[in-house]
Amino acid sequence: MTATGIIAAPGAGPAMVPARRRPRPWLLLGGGGAVAAVLLAPLAFLLVEAAGSGVGTVAHLVWRPLTATLLWNTVSLTAVVTALCAVIGTLTAWCVECTDLRARRLWAVLLVIPFAIPDFVVSFGWASISTWVQGFQGAVLVMTLALYPLVHLPVAASLRSADPGLEEAARSLGLGRARTFLRVTVAQARGAILGGCILVALVILAEYGAFEILGYQTFTTEIFTEFQVSFNVSTACALSLVLVLLSCVILGGEAAARGGGRAERGGAQAQRPARRHRLGRAAPPLQLGLGILVGLALGVPVASSLYWMAEGGAASIGGVSILDAGWHTALYSGVAAALATLLALPVALLAVRHAGRGGRLLERSTYLVLAMPGLVIALAISYFAERYAGGYGYQTAGLLVAAYAILFFPLALVGVRASVAHAPRGLEEAARSLGRRPLEAFLRVTLPLIGPGLTASFCLVFLACATELTATLVLVPTGVQTLATQFWAYQQNLSYGQAAPFALVIIAIAAGPSYVLARYFDRLPGRAAAAP
Amino acid sequence: MTAAHPRSSAARRGALGVVLTATWLLAGCGGSGSSQSITLYNGQHVQTTQSLVSAFERATGITVNVRSDDEDTLADQIVTEGSHSPADVVFTENSPALEYLQSKDLLAAVDPTTLAGTPSRYDSPQGDWVGVSARVSVLVYNPALIAASGLPTSVLQLADPRYRGELAIAPGETDFQPIVTSVERADGTSAALTWLQGISSNAGSHVYPDNETITDEVNRGEVAFGVVNQYYWYRLRAEIGASAMHSEIAYFAPEDPGYVVDVSGAAVLRSSTHQAAAQRFLAFLASAQGQEIIAHSTSFEYPIASAVTSAQPETPFSSLQPNPITIAELGDGSAAISLLQQAGLL
Repeated sequence: MTATGIIAAPGAGPAMVPARRRPRPWLLLGGGGAVAAVLLAPLAFLLVEAAGSGVGTVAHLVWRPLTATLLWNTVSLTAVVTALCAVIGTLTAWCVECTDLRARRLWAVLLVIPFAIPDFVVSFGWASISTWVQGFQGAVLVMTLALYPLVHLPVAASLRSADPGLEEAARSLGLGRARTFLRVTVAQARGAILGGCILVALVILAEYGAFEILGYQTFTTEIFTEFQVSFNVSTACALSLVLVLLSCVILGGEAAARGGGRAERGGAQAQRPARRHRLGRAAPPLQLGLGILVGLALGVPVASSLYWMAEGGAASIGGVSILDAGWHTALYSGVAAALATLLALPVALLAVRHAGRGGRLLERSTYLVLAMPGLVIALAISYFAERYAGGYGYQTAGLLVAAYAILFFPLALVGVRASVAHAPRGLEEAARSLGRRPLEAFLRVTLPLIGPGLTASFCLVFLACATELTATLVLVPTGVQTLATQFWAYQQNLSYGQAAPFALVIIAIAAGPSYVLARYFDRLPGRAAAAP
Repeated sequence: MTAAHPRSSAARRGALGVVLTATWLLAGCGGSGSSQSITLYNGQHVQTTQSLVSAFERATGITVNVRSDDEDTLADQIVTEGSHSPADVVFTENSPALEYLQSKDLLAAVDPTTLAGTPSRYDSPQGDWVGVSARVSVLVYNPALIAASGLPTSVLQLADPRYRGELAIAPGETDFQPIVTSVERADGTSAALTWLQGISSNAGSHVYPDNETITDEVNRGEVAFGVVNQYYWYRLRAEIGASAMHSEIAYFAPEDPGYVVDVSGAAVLRSSTHQAAAQRFLAFLASAQGQEIIAHSTSFEYPIASAVTSAQPETPFSSLQPNPITIAELGDGSAAISLLQQAGLL
């Protein structure tokens, strides 16, 4: 995505038709609207439940002394971690995508995996190493290491498909390396960076497991306490509304930061492989930096899992149950990731290509779901299943997969939206003018162009699903174990030795999509594959 | 455009795969309508429950589908599910969760013969759930940081300024509220609030999310002592070995308000369509066979029914001298929660 000032118009050629003259995209509007309606259903549940507890009770809860602390804790942590993730994620993406860094493929895989390590595993690993990792600084460390891939992935996808001509032009016009990086490279990836930042901020709002272990109180830990100690769904929902408000503020801020820059980029002739930057003497320190980052993000949880496994002895490894749990985790996560990516398409197309106020509002609204704790959404789903479906389909694999797709829809949307924004609309329109029907033109022209974005989205959602716990516990088919629920069951009972293998298998499964993703990016010679 | 060709058909095949898998996922998961199968919502120790369930299945031929989660989530879930709840039996770690479900009128009366096996003070006052096992609140302390003789003998002394920085608590734990309820009952609301405020400033940064953390931190020497239920210490020892234990447990003075027995129990849901099988499961939990399994399990709880005694190396249940507070007085814990909130601990 590119800011207005930067993009020249080499390809914004004759095929570009002003949006006004196009017919209204009824199919897209219908599809996008339906998706948004499903995603906002949990919000309806929150309102109904919160109303049930009465204004007085809600006011009492919201205005108690603890609230100021919670608000400060939540906001300060969100700000610091989001800023850190933006810097780290952008730098790592640039290193992997735009430079001649050695072993780029390996780094591309290693840099993504930390997102797939369950937060409770990470925090547990850190908490057992050092007492420094507690409270605010502990939360900053753990969350930054876990969430920077949310910026890295969309930015990497965006840099992949960015226009290399612009950087070259800037350099030839005498702009220095650093300035070119900031004013061209970063600016080109601005949409992806902002998108990633939103994800980071919203995920922090809804985070529970890590903060519980680190002893850091936020609104979400308080919501869980409300569930736990007073069995009070109503007040928990009322507090969740505060989270929804906070995420509205974040989304509003992002919209302002995004500014009026048009998303569409240059045309097909600009699509050729970029020359990679020579790192030269900067290479060793960058390699070292990446090594430290991965060592902290990946090494600590893996090492602590191995330690506990060794402590637990060989008897702790239950072969059959771990295979079974691994299979279910991979199955549910895979189907949910495909579903979420598919659903994100109409919303992204609507927001990018028919960017009226309505389309954009509709797109924004789908982000809200990310800031609601998984448990709240799971309870909303059981509420709807009970009230309107007589319990039919409840606690089936299908509903769990649908719940995952709802929970992590925004993760899919960011990647899809960024790549749709980069795909020149002119090409699809050219195909149509040559007699292809709309769907065919889309499948043959646009789909290959946005492939990397779709893959990145699939990967992100897959990783998030593989580690989801609180909603899984409520909605998983009775008797089925996933890796996360099995880890939880052992860890609950202090059977760390028995829990550790499950953590390691989650990490191993996460390596799969990360590897596929890295390979996929690598095979595409730049983004020229589909250019005529 | 030819380059795009194979990819778009691959995409179509992929989409077909998704649809087929989704159909399979939905089709493969209908609930079984057989009366020889019940669903258990389990908030208790997962492995111990599994042992109990396996033995029950062997003895009766009834299949038990287990889903485990935190007891409070299960209680909230059952209320949300309402009359369509898939659960037949709910088994929790503490009585307040069951009392809460009872107050929502969601539980069926327990078979009187099952109730008869358990001392009645550990059953539902209304006869809607049966007590299955019990734990007792104790102090876990690190002898390197505090001598046994320096420990408080009453829970009320925890607020004494001389313990500043030495005390660890987990106010969000369902095990802590009964102690607060017990102190409030003994000394009144305002004294209990002052006491909690004192505890809060003594604990400082050692306010932990759960008893597991307290036990672990005390054992590692991060904090001198904390309030937990006795079984966490035994579970930690079973996990890391006696040689790695640098902590001990100590009891409060007899009948101290902090010396509280917490009861774990089970109930049949009113909405269950398998009442007979569900009642048989409750009967099994309270039977000698079920109680023996608990007595030999790694959950380290006390069996309380059918005169079975604990085999673990603990103070025998019969020689405990807890505060005489009753299940009804412990209630659903809402008064304790209100106090904890006023003290800024929740």
